[in-house]
Amino acid sequence: MSDPIERDLEDLNTAAPAWVFENIMVGTGLWDEYAVVDGPIEPMYVAWNPRGITTCIPVSVVGSDDAFEESHPRPARPAGHVPAALDRKLARALATGRLGNLPIDLSALGSFQRAVLEKCAEIPPGEIRPYGWIAAAIGNPGAVRAVGTALGRNPVPILIPCHRVVRTDGRIGNYAYGTGMKRELLEAEGLDVTEIEETAGRNVRFVGSETTGVYCYPTCRHGRRISERNRLEFRSADEAERLGYRGCKVCRPIAA
Amino acid sequence: METAVINLASALADDLDTAFPDLVRSRQNQIFGGVMRIVRHHADAADITQETFIRAYRALAGYDNARIEALKLDGWLWTIAINLCRNSARRKNPVPSQLPDQASLEPGPESAAIASAEAATWDTRLARLTATQRSAVVLRHVVGLSYDEISQATGRPAGTVKADVHRGIARLRRILEAEATQ
Repeated sequence: MSDPIERDLEDLNTAAPAWVFENIMVGTGLWDEYAVVDGPIEPMYVAWNPRGITTCIPVSVVGSDDAFEESHPRPARPAGHVPAALDRKLARALATGRLGNLPIDLSALGSFQRAVLEKCAEIPPGEIRPYGWIAAAIGNPGAVRAVGTALGRNPVPILIPCHRVVRTDGRIGNYAYGTGMKRELLEAEGLDVTEIEETAGRNVRFVGSETTGVYCYPTCRHGRRISERNRLEFRSADEAERLGYRGCKVCRPIAA
Repeated sequence: METAVINLASALADDLDTAFPDLVRSRQNQIFGGVMRIVRHHADAADITQETFIRAYRALAGYDNARIEALKLDGWLWTIAINLCRNSARRKNPVPSQLPDQASLEPGPESAAIASAEAATWDTRLARLTATQRSAVVLRHVVGLSYDEISQATGRPAGTVKADVHRGIARLRRILEAEATQ
């Protein structure tokens, strides 16, 4: 084994460059990459892996790259920009207020939180639903508080629109990054938050159309189309049902 | 060494995402070092190393525990790496380069430059072996795989692999003798 050729060959083994390890971690999805993108009201940190977006958080909430990496649940590497294909889908999602074909990686979450967030993603821009609506829609009508907790820990706020979920009494309610930001996000989608709070203050939960006999959440696109003279206000789903109205098949009102 | 290999395979079976970085840390240098001598191009060697581990991860994610625990990790990883080396060669149909790749000449201390020049000289010699002999010689003597592992990686019988290595070394010896008499 003292063959000089074999000894020389052994010496040829060179170490891999340091970035090879990082690229492998990113390529397998064990590490995320992140960049800053423009959001609807301010810049946001967005992190992703090959499965989809994992995190979205306003820059003002985090502060700095270091703080972002520190708070991120997995190692994350700054990428400078979002890869072109993902960036197109992200831009479309931000412009339309709907996920569309934007992949979101919720695989790190439990099945309940995933179900809550997937249901939340169905709420159209410019509309709001109460926490109980999600609880009922995922077949767990008693879990209203748990829905609130799951939404409060939404890793991709704005993209999955937890700002469109409000209190049972119709008031805007809390938001992980402050009620002010929730209000701003809703107004950016064309909602009149003052009017919503005023309607909630009059105990109005649903609106109905005398011509169709259908009742809706006040922000449902069908509810908003009801003309002033055909428009009725209800304090509860029970009240509407008693008067012979049926729930809208689009916004699917639930009894509070 | 043998127990460490068995433990890593069990760790991968037990919790892939936690153990996988250890697999990369413990094997990336031997994969890169070997691939570098086979493809003789720094950026390609880095790409192939990355792709080897990314494919390995995806494969492991689809295997059941028993299959992962039974894996002979080095031979298995090299099966993936050798395949990628072959595909890369087929794609490029390269002429063996007489000069070291620029990217491999990263600035560094004088000793590194000498080591790099030495490696370039050996790359020129290795380029004069057949592709089969070169892979076999590199896997046996640069990487340090056993004949069984090389057999697993290349899909050739262990006896044939042994003959490939011996013929390769004999050819290198003749090349060195020719250099000495020049």
